[in-house]
Amino acid sequence: MLSLSSLMGTAALMAESDDAQAAIEWAEHFQKNYRLMTDEEKAEARARLEKRYSEEYGKQVTVDTTPAQPGVLMGYALNIRKCIGCRRCVHACVAENNQSRGKNRPGEKIEWIQVLRMERGKFDAEKMNHGYPEGLGIQVGGNAYTPVGQVLEGQYHYTPDLVPEKDATYMPIACMQCEKPPCVKVCPVRTTYREPDGVVVIDYNWCIGCRMCMGACPYWARRLNVTNPVLPKEEMNPVTHYLGNRPRMRGVVEKCHWCLQRTRHGRYPACVEVCPVGARKFGNLLDPNSEVSLILARKNVFRLKADLNTFPKFFYFYD
Amino acid sequence: MLTSFITDYVRYVLKGGAKFYTWMGVLGVLILGMLYVFYLQNTDGLIVTGMTSQIHEGLYFANLVFLVGVAAGAVTIVFPAYGYHHEGMHKVAVLGEMLAITAVIMVMMFVFAHMGRPDRLWHMIPPWGIYSFSSMLGWDVMVLTGYLILNFVCGFYYLWCKYTGRPINYKWFLPVVWIAIVWALSIHTVTAFLISTMPSRPMWHHSMMPIRFITTAFAAGPALIILAFLIIRNNTKFWIEDSVIKLLTTIVIWCLGIAIFLTMSEVVVELYARTEHANGLYYLMFGLHGLTRLVPWFWTSVVLMVGAFILFLIPRFRNDFKLLVIPCVMAFAGIWIEKGMGLIVPGFIPTPIGEVTEYYPSFVEWLMTLGIWAFGFFILTILLKGAIGILLGEVKFGARPAAGSLGAQAAAAK
Repeated sequence: MLSLSSLMGTAALMAESDDAQAAIEWAEHFQKNYRLMTDEEKAEARARLEKRYSEEYGKQVTVDTTPAQPGVLMGYALNIRKCIGCRRCVHACVAENNQSRGKNRPGEKIEWIQVLRMERGKFDAEKMNHGYPEGLGIQVGGNAYTPVGQVLEGQYHYTPDLVPEKDATYMPIACMQCEKPPCVKVCPVRTTYREPDGVVVIDYNWCIGCRMCMGACPYWARRLNVTNPVLPKEEMNPVTHYLGNRPRMRGVVEKCHWCLQRTRHGRYPACVEVCPVGARKFGNLLDPNSEVSLILARKNVFRLKADLNTFPKFFYFYD
Repeated sequence: MLTSFITDYVRYVLKGGAKFYTWMGVLGVLILGMLYVFYLQNTDGLIVTGMTSQIHEGLYFANLVFLVGVAAGAVTIVFPAYGYHHEGMHKVAVLGEMLAITAVIMVMMFVFAHMGRPDRLWHMIPPWGIYSFSSMLGWDVMVLTGYLILNFVCGFYYLWCKYTGRPINYKWFLPVVWIAIVWALSIHTVTAFLISTMPSRPMWHHSMMPIRFITTAFAAGPALIILAFLIIRNNTKFWIEDSVIKLLTTIVIWCLGIAIFLTMSEVVVELYARTEHANGLYYLMFGLHGLTRLVPWFWTSVVLMVGAFILFLIPRFRNDFKLLVIPCVMAFAGIWIEKGMGLIVPGFIPTPIGEVTEYYPSFVEWLMTLGIWAFGFFILTILLKGAIGILLGEVKFGARPAAGSLGAQAAAAK
């Protein structure tokens, strides 16, 4: 039964591709976990992927394998006071990181950043007798029970004419790159792990699609490719990193990786670069003069769901 | 000798009347349907199911969890047989082992159905892949595989001895049986840990999960076994003693009672304070933000479980084996819902960032599930028929089985 199933999976894999493509995918199918590869094997895997992607997308695609740089621990800080909810970060992220962007079926659209829109909420004299439970008279009178503030019960499908809206606050959320990531702990094949520079990455070729990591993540940062990603040739970003934004395949999990293809070369992530109000800050936590370090030293900073001891390296702050 | 065991076994199993072949044929059609949807899932992807990035475990995982319980439930026969030297149980212990083998195989098939990349399964099997000791799923795969092997060894060694007429070598057989008994608890405990060790899903994050799993398993498992035994009693020459069914009934009643008690405790604890962490349970019981798809499932399971418990307490339903079927079916169905859809799906509602979405199994998922259950009954029929043939002495070394009509009778067992 076991062998039957894997045979069928392999058959399905072979049925969907052309000859050359199939040969490459065949070799890809038997490659090792990225962390266990020798430099030689990494170079082979890289060449294989570059060839396949270049053919598939009709342009020269590069797959970077730059490792973590010594003396670097990446950190991120977001000024929630400044965020205006424009979601330029979301769109820049999709364009930069080759996410699936199909429009026909719901599962074909993947976004790594969610900008949660939260009601400001207000207390109202008319609602003063809305106790709880209503009508039973146990705790009635003198209270209005209105959700106010950052309650993490937000809505990210909002379509206003203008942002920011008067009655809302915004809270962007994405992978927190935890120091103690629950997703890494539950992975049965160790395909997701933390790099020495602090970013939690996924070897998409090793992921078995069991989705334990998605269940374990308290920030809903992970997405499953429920079908073959929809990535038009002309929109594909050819500058990729093996552990970062290279095109993914059906059945694997993906998430934010702080634009490794940029940040490993000293650039900002796409979301930081695009933010029109400068709410997003990124830098090296080990460098006391980096923006992030200065924010940690001088501002009021908090981590999301700190009670879970995941120790995010994504900090929220306000002036 | 081994080849003659296999040929005799196969020959006996293949011998059957129209009833047997119709039954197996219907199952075969469903299995073909399952293979087709498995192909769909592995070309188009899991988009053909109702699962999303929000609710990424559904009917497959629900069945997986439930069937691990059925597999563990087989220990309710093996333990009284070897621990308490219950005569009647001892005679049928091997049938429990056959049920355990079937259930574990079904669990593994649901794992395949659930995975996004079943073609990469070898990634978790050393030396080619990596085994992760920190992953509960890794542990679960290990204990399940171990349980399959243990039951296979115990069951077929016993049958082998019966077949050849050799005495059983208790020096190693008994220790293995005892390991298998403890192991049965481990498979369900680890499966409970699989979901209860995730603080990101507050509905599951409590230490009551393993005991809830065990009690529901020891209610649903023996309930199914009682049904199977009654069918065997009525349709084959193999007689299963009243005392066996009575003891199993007692186990079902009180495990079901404890399970209901634990569910009620959870409801009180969660809904008294009614924190945000109770949203999942609240969604299950009453719906959330106007989304109520699971509400009928929950209340159906409550009616079935509590109803079964009340019926079980009425002596007439325990003593009349025709009536006993009713609460057994009710308990089995109720627990299938409670521990499956009713436990897995609301764990994802709302998502950790507060999004409330709904899940409903697609046709592909129903067909796959039906197909895997059909496959399970297919193997179970073969295993039980063969085992009964050997226990009856109709399959014996040196004697050609000439029991065509008996085979047909055994066939009707399913």
